[in-house]
Amino acid sequence: MRIDRRSFLKVTAASGGGLLLGLYSQPEAKAQGRGPAPAPPDPHVYVKIGRDGTTTIMAKNPEVGTGVKTMLPMLIAEELDVDWKNVKIEQTDFDDRKYAAQFTGGSMATPTNWVPMRQAGAAGRALLIKAAAETWNVPESELTTSAGKVMHKASNRSLGYGELAEKAASMPMPDLRTLKFKDPKDYTIIGKPLMQRELPDIVTGKPIFGIDMELPGMLYASYEKCGVFGGKVVSANLDEIKKMPGVRDAFIVERPEVTEQPLPNDPGLETGIAIVADTWWQAQTARKKLQVTWDEGKYANQSSTEFAQRAEQLSRQKPQQRLRHDGDPEGALASAAKVVEGAYSYPFIAHAPLEPQNCTAHYQNGKCEIWTNSQIPQGGRTLSARALGLEDKDVTLHMVRGGGGFGRRLTNDYMVEAAYISKMVNAPVKLLWSREDDMAHDYYRPGGFQYLKAGLDKSGKIVAWRNHFVGFGHFNPETGQVKFANAAAMGPTEFPQRFVPNYALDATVMDFGKKTGALRAPGSNSFAFVIQSFIDELAHAAGKDPVEFRLALLNQGAPLEPPAGGRGGFGAPGLNADRMKAVVQLAAEKSGWGKKSPGGTAKGIAFHYSHLGYFAEVAEVSVHSGNKLKVHKVWVAADIGSQIINPSGAENLAQGAVIDGLSELMAQEITIEKGHTVQTNYHQHPMLRMAQVPEIETHFLKTNNPPTGLGEPALPPLLPAVTNAIFTATGKRIRSTPLSKSGFSWA
Amino acid sequence: MAYKLNVNGRVTTVDVTPDTPLLWVIRDVLKLHGTKYGCGIGQCGACTVHLGGRAVRSCQTPVSAATSAPIVTIEGLSENGTHPVQLAWQEIDVPQCGYCQAGQMMSAAALLAKNPKPSDGDITSAMNGNLCRCGTYLRIRQAIHKAAQLANTASAKTVQTAAVNGLK
Repeated sequence: MRIDRRSFLKVTAASGGGLLLGLYSQPEAKAQGRGPAPAPPDPHVYVKIGRDGTTTIMAKNPEVGTGVKTMLPMLIAEELDVDWKNVKIEQTDFDDRKYAAQFTGGSMATPTNWVPMRQAGAAGRALLIKAAAETWNVPESELTTSAGKVMHKASNRSLGYGELAEKAASMPMPDLRTLKFKDPKDYTIIGKPLMQRELPDIVTGKPIFGIDMELPGMLYASYEKCGVFGGKVVSANLDEIKKMPGVRDAFIVERPEVTEQPLPNDPGLETGIAIVADTWWQAQTARKKLQVTWDEGKYANQSSTEFAQRAEQLSRQKPQQRLRHDGDPEGALASAAKVVEGAYSYPFIAHAPLEPQNCTAHYQNGKCEIWTNSQIPQGGRTLSARALGLEDKDVTLHMVRGGGGFGRRLTNDYMVEAAYISKMVNAPVKLLWSREDDMAHDYYRPGGFQYLKAGLDKSGKIVAWRNHFVGFGHFNPETGQVKFANAAAMGPTEFPQRFVPNYALDATVMDFGKKTGALRAPGSNSFAFVIQSFIDELAHAAGKDPVEFRLALLNQGAPLEPPAGGRGGFGAPGLNADRMKAVVQLAAEKSGWGKKSPGGTAKGIAFHYSHLGYFAEVAEVSVHSGNKLKVHKVWVAADIGSQIINPSGAENLAQGAVIDGLSELMAQEITIEKGHTVQTNYHQHPMLRMAQVPEIETHFLKTNNPPTGLGEPALPPLLPAVTNAIFTATGKRIRSTPLSKSGFSWA
Repeated sequence: MAYKLNVNGRVTTVDVTPDTPLLWVIRDVLKLHGTKYGCGIGQCGACTVHLGGRAVRSCQTPVSAATSAPIVTIEGLSENGTHPVQLAWQEIDVPQCGYCQAGQMMSAAALLAKNPKPSDGDITSAMNGNLCRCGTYLRIRQAIHKAAQLANTASAKTVQTAAVNGLK
């Protein structure tokens, strides 16, 4: 490792004379093969140590509420061996040359950073030990560290890291292979329930979120887009709008080529009308007077009702593509002792993070500076640069805390809009969407329809499974290939593939004229409901206990085919049956499965593997007259590896996933009429309130596997656990969400 | 029009139209950003402030209706973040994203001012108008009980130290 001394000195001066482990280096980490580029395991990139021993650790990933801004520095601090009290955390800017991947998505922060962050800390510690060894002229092997000090027991000497930092900064980087990680039993930070470091700012209302950005001379913008995706402005009363109080400018943004994408993932700048004013309320007040004639384009006739009818028809036709075929599904179904069929469906839903989409941008002299709460700023930088006619390097991204993400901020439409409007008005601009804008222009969780048919043999074992998945995307009749809409794909190794000898997954898609995207546990958040409900149907059809039936199914898996596919994401290995059986057993044990449920209640169970995490959940419910549902308690059993890094954050996320799942289950649905989204705000797309929250008990099974993420995988099993419990309680099988459509409401 | 407002003990005059929601006066004119915009229709409670000691939705309160009583925002809840609710929120490590929490704390503080020892039922009724998209409701409930306890003891300082050093 070579340290750029000039950069080092510059940073030292800029930080007021504190001594640093040099900040600058040029890691060669690049994306290689599948998956995100590994973070550089280099202390110089993340650690600054002041003369007084104050240790500043850089947090490289965007924080949208998963706790990553505290969690990643914990990994470094542990191996650096400092006192957490003396650690300060600083959010980095976006700089992929320095930090490689910087994103919050796919529950990937833990699995991709568990090793390199600890390596960075351990390498920093090694440099400090070397510096002390040289200072005292003693062998490194005689030195130990503790809480920010290097100690030489034999001579009873010690030096604080602050006293050693300057010398350490000039030491050559140790060979990473020689570094020894701490024994977990010696951890003082990892595994401790630590408060998110921004809490003091949160509880006192400090301006730390994207929406709180202020710049001198900043103007506020609203942006009106067509309710039908791809619609264009024909005319608008802009002259009148420009005369409204506080309005500085109002103009049409043209971006015609966007409408040519049949399956837009992140189309970048969309056509619309920008209103820029001295305050946001003035911009919004002017917007109420806006009269626009739109050319709504080719999607103006789409409707949810029509999609549902078409899906039903398509389900009875030949599928467009067979995605997976094992054994002889048709033959096995024909000879099965019992055949069960189920038609399942689930709706589009919105992300609706509580902080509405916003971004602050300042375009000036061919450069653009952007303050964003994006979960994946890199894509936004590219889109913004394109829209502005700049190169990526001319766009600087500052990462600001986001008020929730849930996948919505994996797309950067609002960032491009802010950047473009700033350029047009030649001033710093804060663009803020209203909640109504957010509901209308989300990248919705794709809805879908699944038509399942399975066969049981005489002993009650599943021998055949066929799923005709009717979803959204585009079919090319020439190639015979289905291209799914963004986040709408079902993988060919979706469970129970490999666990049923005769398995088929067929697909048919319908063109959809709105944007779709990843919502917390994408795919899994709907597939788990379908698969685990249908498995429950089969268990009951076989006359077996739902837990026993699942364990038996997990026992009949064929070996994993290399290279592993599966829904783990980023080339992850497929489901490991032993790990899943263990969490199913744990959930059953903790919930008292098999014992009589307390008066009037019933239990349901489900499991799901996603984002490398193994989760089984049991829900205890009661259903009262008029289909009033009460969820009394949920047990979460999880295996996400050997170590829970921050147990306080982990428990919080698991509870949140259960609550989020209940919101999705009961009443969340986005419907389309004449190409427009019907729901406008939270009253029509409700989330759980305190009165409806059940008791939640979370159990982490620690196994000898690398730690993995928690943002997403706790959610998927919740929905089928509850609907399976409803079946036990009432005999009513739920095959469609949200429950409100079947007449359910909260008790 | 000019409106005289008493915000966090300071009297200021703002010049806005009468229908401007108090939320946008607080955020964009007075530049106090702790109070949050979430829905604009009184559904989420992120904009909750105290008006004459009552928890109100500032997005549904026109500035013209906010001149008669003192307004308190999250920034004015205590001198230096030592209101029992603020301390309890840290000790319990309530937030995930944190965006709704100013509104949650303002609702909780108004509840505790009226009802120093609320039951679970009291908490649910007082807090049911505040949405948390991350789902931290169990910890919010726990923190309100904790704050009630703190308000009744003199241990606020100890808790503050605990909040900085880590959880118990």
